Amino acid sequence: MHLSDLWFIAIAVLWAGYFVLEGFDFGVGILLPVLGHGDAGRRVMINTIGPVWDGNEVWLLTAGGATFAAFPAWYASMFSAFYLPLLIVLIALILRGVGFEFRGKRDSARWRLGWDSALFVGSLVPAILWGLAFGNVLRGIPMNAAHDYAGNFFTLLNPYALLGGLTTLALFTLHGAVFLALRTTGDLRSRANALAWKLGAAAAAVGGGFLAWTEASHRAPGQTGTTGAASAALAAAAAAALIIAVLASRAGREGIAFACNAAAIAAATGALFTALYPRVLPSSLIAAGTLTTANASSTAKTLAVMTVVAAIFLPFVLLYQGWTYWVFRRRIGAGPVPALAAPETELAAPPGPAGPGGSGVRPRPRTAAGG
Amino acid sequence: MSVLDLSRWQFGITTVYHFLFVPITIGLAFVVAGFETAWLRTGREHWLRLTKFYGKLFLINFALGVVTGIVQEFQFGMNWSAYSRFVGDIFGAPLAIEALLAFFLESTFLGLWIFGWDRLPRRLHAACMWTVAVGTTLSAYFILAANSWMQHPVGYHYNPRTHREELSSFLALMTNPAQLAAFPHVIAACFLTAGALVAGIAMWHLIRRPGTDTAAFRSAVKAGTITVIAAAVVTIATGDIQGKLFTTRYQPMKMASAEALYHTAKPAPLSLLTIGNLNGTKPVFQVTLPRLLSFLGTGNWNGTVQGIDNMQAFYRQVYGPGSYTPVIPVTYWSFRLMIGIGLLAALVTLVALWAVRRGRIPRSRLLLWSVIALPLLPLAANSLGWILTEMGRQPWLVYGQMRTAAGVSANSAGEVLASMIVLTLLYGTLAVIEAGLMLKYARAGLARQAAPGTEAGGEETSPALVY
Repeated sequence: MHLSDLWFIAIAVLWAGYFVLEGFDFGVGILLPVLGHGDAGRRVMINTIGPVWDGNEVWLLTAGGATFAAFPAWYASMFSAFYLPLLIVLIALILRGVGFEFRGKRDSARWRLGWDSALFVGSLVPAILWGLAFGNVLRGIPMNAAHDYAGNFFTLLNPYALLGGLTTLALFTLHGAVFLALRTTGDLRSRANALAWKLGAAAAAVGGGFLAWTEASHRAPGQTGTTGAASAALAAAAAAALIIAVLASRAGREGIAFACNAAAIAAATGALFTALYPRVLPSSLIAAGTLTTANASSTAKTLAVMTVVAAIFLPFVLLYQGWTYWVFRRRIGAGPVPALAAPETELAAPPGPAGPGGSGVRPRPRTAAGG
Repeated sequence: MSVLDLSRWQFGITTVYHFLFVPITIGLAFVVAGFETAWLRTGREHWLRLTKFYGKLFLINFALGVVTGIVQEFQFGMNWSAYSRFVGDIFGAPLAIEALLAFFLESTFLGLWIFGWDRLPRRLHAACMWTVAVGTTLSAYFILAANSWMQHPVGYHYNPRTHREELSSFLALMTNPAQLAAFPHVIAACFLTAGALVAGIAMWHLIRRPGTDTAAFRSAVKAGTITVIAAAVVTIATGDIQGKLFTTRYQPMKMASAEALYHTAKPAPLSLLTIGNLNGTKPVFQVTLPRLLSFLGTGNWNGTVQGIDNMQAFYRQVYGPGSYTPVIPVTYWSFRLMIGIGLLAALVTLVALWAVRRGRIPRSRLLLWSVIALPLLPLAANSLGWILTEMGRQPWLVYGQMRTAAGVSANSAGEVLASMIVLTLLYGTLAVIEAGLMLKYARAGLARQAAPGTEAGGEETSPALVY
């Protein structure tokens, strides 16, 4: 195996990690107007992802950086071809990122509603556009022999890629519901579980359709043997994991539901990357425009340096990120929610017994089979 | 405007904007971590209240730094794809490593710090902010290594078969002499920026609200001013090293254009300011100091400093026809204003430190306005420093290797114009919101009482509902 193949796998893993982690962040944001009853309810939802969303987003930056370093030609062609979609993603991620921090910083219902909308739109838009982008990568985009994009924004809005967009939207929204069921208590938890059932049906339908379409017509030409079988197997595994996730959620086994849905997202991402291999960005215009792991990659020297760095530091990243999830593992309740620490409230008298104090956190119920 | 001009404007706008927040993040992470450690060491509550006060300002600032940073990573591919293809084998690795080593560290441990007040033991909680501070510094190291390579390419070779630059030595890339001078210069400027912010706000409280948390704000003034003064010394010293490296070896044209020195001179005078044109004809009015440029640029009072015309002729011989001269008024004034404004910040800080000596509470109106301006001065100097560095390298994108015009993507001008307008409007709006929040929280002063959980010694009484 060449180092460039290893880095193709590494980038697939980074995208899978990104979709698994930020997938539920996006889902929580998308479900804000659906499950978030009132400001207090939305605050509980936002705080389930509060400590982790930024670390989850770094998976995207690492995937982008790794693509730049390991496959500069892929990075250059893909990012310039998807110029407008990526601009929209950037705007969405900007609004969303500042929304988390700014939302509670003024004591005004309008201000908070405004940032809640930013969190919703900022989660919804990338959840669709990532699937749209991957659909276009698999389908191929018009690129000339210099690997420059020869299409326009509307070239990207084809049925297959749009179905890809719906797939990521449905999968991430489901992932958000399953995550909320795992991380909250009471009414919010049961409504999230109930919603997961419906979202699961939608995700199975569009996701199944998208993966079947991929396997039928958008696999790398001439892909046979293990690679072809692996892609189909991963797609089947994704479908199976999704079904188990929904059934587990139905049965109130929230830990299993979340783990299986994470596996479904990872397997689906793996299926797409396997179907793509050894291409990284096919050209629908001329064969010479197609970028592959061979003609898009960096030198063996650069890849070797990157391999050493990743081998040393990635385990640490996984350890401390995993530790964060452990520290904040307890469920958050929708009970009495303490006031935000805005200066107005801080400068007022310290909250007395009648004040808005009190804990919204409850110990995790032992009876619940949380993973 | 052409795609090239639009792409350059967009890069300038997004980068200067991003770098308004970065130095505050880097410097303030250390200051907040220091305050929290001071609380742990002394047990004095006012350190805890300062930690929370400046921590809040840190977070408001950090949010914008993070989200504008994503644009930075994406736009090399979006707007500069020819550049990305040409240098990706070298330039991509520091960016990827920055994400892996630094961004994960910053974001994860900041999440732990924000939400962990009641979940983590105190020392571990303080360690989280130290880790964030280390992460921000690592991030600066890798991104500056990438930029330094564009200023002074090392550890690479051109591969004619692949038509691109390829890595020869990663170690050389990471220990580029240009980088070893730039990194301490930038980090010192970050400390200067954060110190000015801490001292400026604390002074404002001392002057405007005498009697309210005086002891705490006096501590903050001292911490901030000492940070500024120490950082200013390092900034000047490292700036001098950089100046000499670039004048005599790496980019004589940048330094000649920063001085608007047209003809090679031995000894060369230092131009303090010029009124009138900077195009080489006689200006209306000019203040110069004899021999000083020779000394600053070469370390020798009688050293030779290359002039713009001579360098232009030399480059034309080496690289063929074309202009190799940056936009002189931009380089000339950004250089002067960077130094002038930076020194002004240090001066205001010294005055502030003098005004609070031995328990004094200053009341001067002039000092009040000066300390209000104080946090803004380093921001201006930082931006001007980058404008000098980047504009002074023109017409090169990678010095001596690739011209800026050759690096741009094959985008349509409409796309780039649209993105420039949208990003500028968005950035402008967010700047107003951010400034409003910073002012609001800076004026609010210290919270009267720290969060309940922290006083009960880490007991889990307060929920993790922070946002």
